[in-house]
Amino acid sequence: MRRDLTLPALAAALVLLIVLGLVLPSWLRFLLTIGLAKGLVAMGLVVMMRAGLVSFGQGLYYGLGAYTAGLAANFYGIDDAFLLIALSALVSAIIGTAIGAVVTRFRQIFFAMLSLALSMILYGILVRSSVLGSTDGFNLPAPSFFGFAGEGDAGRLMLYCLTVVVAIGMAAVCHLFVRSPVGVMGEAILSNEIRVEYLGASVTRILRQTYVIGAIAGGLGGTLVALATRHIDPELAYWTTSGEFVFVAILSGIGHVAAPLLGMVLFEGFRSFAFQYAPNSWQMLVGGAMLAVILFLPAGLWSLSKWKRRAGGQA
Amino acid sequence: MQNLVAILVDGTIYFSWLFIVSLGLTLIYGVMKILNIAHGSFYAFGAYTAASAIGAYFAADLPGAGSYLVLLAAGIAVGAGVGFLVERGILRPMYGRDEIVMILVTYAAFLIFEDVIKLIWGVDPYLPYQPYSLLGRADISGISFAVYDLALLLFALCLGALAWWTLERTRQGKLLRVVIHDREIALAMGIDVTRMFTLTFVIGAALGALGGALASPGISVVPGVGVDVIVLAFAVSVIGGLGSIAGAAVGALIVGVARAAAVHLMPEVELFVIYAVMAIVLTFRPEGLFGRAAPRKI
Repeated sequence: MRRDLTLPALAAALVLLIVLGLVLPSWLRFLLTIGLAKGLVAMGLVVMMRAGLVSFGQGLYYGLGAYTAGLAANFYGIDDAFLLIALSALVSAIIGTAIGAVVTRFRQIFFAMLSLALSMILYGILVRSSVLGSTDGFNLPAPSFFGFAGEGDAGRLMLYCLTVVVAIGMAAVCHLFVRSPVGVMGEAILSNEIRVEYLGASVTRILRQTYVIGAIAGGLGGTLVALATRHIDPELAYWTTSGEFVFVAILSGIGHVAAPLLGMVLFEGFRSFAFQYAPNSWQMLVGGAMLAVILFLPAGLWSLSKWKRRAGGQA
Repeated sequence: MQNLVAILVDGTIYFSWLFIVSLGLTLIYGVMKILNIAHGSFYAFGAYTAASAIGAYFAADLPGAGSYLVLLAAGIAVGAGVGFLVERGILRPMYGRDEIVMILVTYAAFLIFEDVIKLIWGVDPYLPYQPYSLLGRADISGISFAVYDLALLLFALCLGALAWWTLERTRQGKLLRVVIHDREIALAMGIDVTRMFTLTFVIGAALGALGGALASPGISVVPGVGVDVIVLAFAVSVIGGLGSIAGAAVGALIVGVARAAAVHLMPEVELFVIYAVMAIVLTFRPEGLFGRAAPRKI
């Protein structure tokens, strides 16, 4: 068995990304911030998908994280980025535990549909409540970092670094999780649930823990995006947003937990360029790219990295 | 009391087009096990084509009564045409993939069609109101409603009866039910499943577009009309049980009345109510009110 180089590689990526952040132009740094933050949500989904839970409603936690940060900042004056992140992780974990207890009883299309319904409930509440900004949402103040005001370019650089640290840190946590007994049993559930029960493991408990990991990752991603764009609206919880996360998770492949971070950065980059150069047909380009990936790379982009090895091994 | 009647009237109006659209969605899922997000695009295609056709028809100053035929023909034709292209061009190479992957495939098709529709029809709203206003309004016990809505309700009920009769009483319907029940056995018994798939998808897409065409006189047709319809149709089909015609009818009635009740009594909870009903039904009967539970396979 080959040695697992994931953790050193993640550490190297952390250093590289922060150094890059110092030299990159600010638009590219913003793109990376958004890509990594949304990538977190897709990463949580990948962890869930390894255990067979494909949620079409991760927008629920994405929106929840964003609105937790927004409400805490606007109504309670909490503008410390670290505090907001910790708060939304906590809220997502609590809500995820409660909802997870119900939804993990379901599989496949029923699980997907129930998660969709729950995220649309949040959307329905947000759209209709004027206290929460209704369809327009509301703006966030610039976050501070341990008392340092986060105005201007320095603040955006700080937020970028924070996003990189949270994203890479969560990738390490997710990696350790999928390698842990619970994570490995999750994969066993995907291939044969009944046999896992026969082995004496609790399928329900494993799935619940996996679901909470996905919820926390979703909440963190939502908070970081809210802090970066400084605006939140109900669209964050809409089903099209959730569909994007599923797409990126499948595009990246479930082979590696860090893949969705890369996949989401690529996706956001592709979308920005498509939007820039073809403002009236960018959805068409994105849809076409989706079809091409599904048709030609059924195991996701990450499968490209194994291509050569597999070809060599079988020859 | 007045409120109750109003809720029932509005609820049945929602029911009519929800049922027509969901019938297509549930049929496609039942036979092909594809949860078709592109169904929203078929709805939008139907609405836009009908709007253009109605506009051209009245511009040519032809007798108004013929416009209803134009409405039906436009919806069915565009739905069947686009449905056929999607099935042959996009879905066929993907058959046999996971259900979730198939949802993404139809999601991709939906994204593409969103822009195709914008490129063809632009972003300005269309208002094909003539068929709606031509029939005028009527009063029943003090509640005023459009005759068009009543006609739509009758049409939806006839369509439901026709679908039931086709599935339960004809040879083709029987073959289709075999495919719904067990695809592999159907194949082994010599049923041409691929042909059944094409047929089902074309009919389902035509129903989706027909729903859009028939709804278009009562709404303003703008970009994005399909987006909300998909999740509504999902809710209807899931509540009733995916793949069941009776389920689609009951689901459409529940969603229609729930929505109308919310609009009249508590407008803030309009969207919330529909998905709350969907979540509750899924929690207690994941296979829907009329669905059959699938046995666990080892």
